[in-house]
Amino acid sequence: MSAMPFEEFETAYETLATAIDMAGPDREALFLTRLALVLGHELGDIAVFRKAIKTALEGLDQGGAGCSS
Amino acid sequence: MRPAGKGPLDSLYFDYPRFAARRVPELDGATARHPVLIVGAGPIGMTAALVLARYGIRSVLIDRKDTFNDGSRAICIARPSMHILERIGAVAPFVEKALGWRYGRSYYRGEQIFRLEMPQPPGEKYLPMYNLQQQYIEKFLHDAVAASDLIDMRWQSELSGLERHVDGVSARVSSPEGDYFLDALYLLAADGARSPIRSMLGLRLKGDNYEGRYVIADIRMDHDFPTERRAFFEPSGNPGGTVLIHKQPDDIWRVDYQLREGESEAEALKEENIRARVSAILADIGHIKPWELEWWSVYSANTLCLDDYRHERVFFIGDAAHIVPIFGVRGLNNGLADAENIGWKLALVLHGEADDRLLDSYSPERRGATLDVFANATKSTRFMTPPTRGWRLAREAALSLSLKHEFPRGLANPRQMQPYTYSDSVLTPYAISDAAFAGGPVCGSVAPNAKLADGSHLLDYAGHGLTAILFCEAQPTAEQATSLEHLGRIDKRFAAIVVGTQTSISSAKIIADHDGEIARLFAAAPGTLYLLRPDLHIAGRWKAAVPSEILKTAEVCLGGETP
Repeated sequence: MSAMPFEEFETAYETLATAIDMAGPDREALFLTRLALVLGHELGDIAVFRKAIKTALEGLDQGGAGCSS
Repeated sequence: MRPAGKGPLDSLYFDYPRFAARRVPELDGATARHPVLIVGAGPIGMTAALVLARYGIRSVLIDRKDTFNDGSRAICIARPSMHILERIGAVAPFVEKALGWRYGRSYYRGEQIFRLEMPQPPGEKYLPMYNLQQQYIEKFLHDAVAASDLIDMRWQSELSGLERHVDGVSARVSSPEGDYFLDALYLLAADGARSPIRSMLGLRLKGDNYEGRYVIADIRMDHDFPTERRAFFEPSGNPGGTVLIHKQPDDIWRVDYQLREGESEAEALKEENIRARVSAILADIGHIKPWELEWWSVYSANTLCLDDYRHERVFFIGDAAHIVPIFGVRGLNNGLADAENIGWKLALVLHGEADDRLLDSYSPERRGATLDVFANATKSTRFMTPPTRGWRLAREAALSLSLKHEFPRGLANPRQMQPYTYSDSVLTPYAISDAAFAGGPVCGSVAPNAKLADGSHLLDYAGHGLTAILFCEAQPTAEQATSLEHLGRIDKRFAAIVVGTQTSISSAKIIADHDGEIARLFAAAPGTLYLLRPDLHIAGRWKAAVPSEILKTAEVCLGGETP
């Protein structure tokens, strides 16, 4: 469960979308991986980080196909 | 557009009347100056004429067409708009015909991820939303226009020239009966998204255009599903595009679908392609029975508006002033609020009951509402039609996580229309008095409603002018009675609603609030006073009445100088 108020979560969503565009298609995977490492470091809790990795991996095959361009 | 072999007005469910051009007095030399000329007899222009008529102000309403809109277009009427329709005496046929609703569902790849539930406080008279085709909206408004002696409706009459003067406008009108000049003190431009008046004044809309294009198609089918808003993200029936489905009266359903990036609009709008796409979408929702194609059009999202909605004696209302994205149903509803806002102000100025300074508040208030719409609509539009790869990826991530997790689901909320709060308006000079309240509706917001013991509603007792809602114990104190009397002297249309909290109330003039429900709704105590404008927005509220501030607010609402 997120502890973040919805308005802040929405701002996070918008900031992320804009940042992916700033990274550009060639570097977006590198950017997102760096972002995950930075967040993991700031989080300071390997158990929570592992859980987040698991959550993001689950059902991955159900997304992404509509976003090939 | 309509299927091959059908004329533009050959509808499956709606019989279009044809209105003739009339021989008008100006063609026989009459030169009388009219108080108000309204150009455009769509929902906004007709509502403006009816608001003016409510105050006894005459208007001439012209439209170049000979009938109503060719398609269903704007189909969602929000609760505040129902109150506007009630105030102009036109709401009854809307209640009877329209389909009220408050729920919605969003799906991702066929699975429900979000349940929309719009609040329905127990005291409210109307549901949050009603679906009704624009032809019916126009027909019902026109029935009221035709029944009014104060509205001179002229069909097949096109504005072909416009001169502006210090004290009014001179319009050239072209009709099959002949061309003529018509003088008016004020002009309301309700001539739509492509407003010719805007061009005549050399004005341009400013703002953004969005990439995504939607086809909007109406079909008739026997389909068993409640009146809800359904949104489908990445449905198998329209891969790569979002789909929206709305129910309308007469078994008509609106199917909106997003075109894929790079898809040719001309190809997509061909009848066979419309039929194929709609069939695939219907198969997706389990409808395999026959259906009929009624009408279709194409749409792309814009956030565009004029820098100023007023140009001396010309006021722009509705789409002529602003174009907003459809997501969130704010085009029609904000236009109706424009019409009411300028309507009551102009009526009071023309009657000499308000200083014409009052008209200065129209553009800041309604343009403020537009900018607020833009902020919300930009968010929902970015979600409905992600503009770039970054936004597409972020949406894909949020939607796929929504299948199993609650936290991203709110992003799929369509943020349906909320009435704008005029807290920054010059007509709300004491918004700071909100600080004394622990809750309740803030200064500038639209007043909530309460259901009374006899089945009537609190706001039924509001007047055409300013209205005070005073909370007291058994009856107003001498000081409170004096305040109400003073308000009645400032505004001859003033109405007082007195709400008593004691159980012993027997006076017919005092509304008994035995269970304290109304006081709770307004966070009120004995001595609390709310002052409402004619459009039932709260001009000011005082936890313990401050007579000097209340009277000043009333004066400001009638064009007095701000404190």
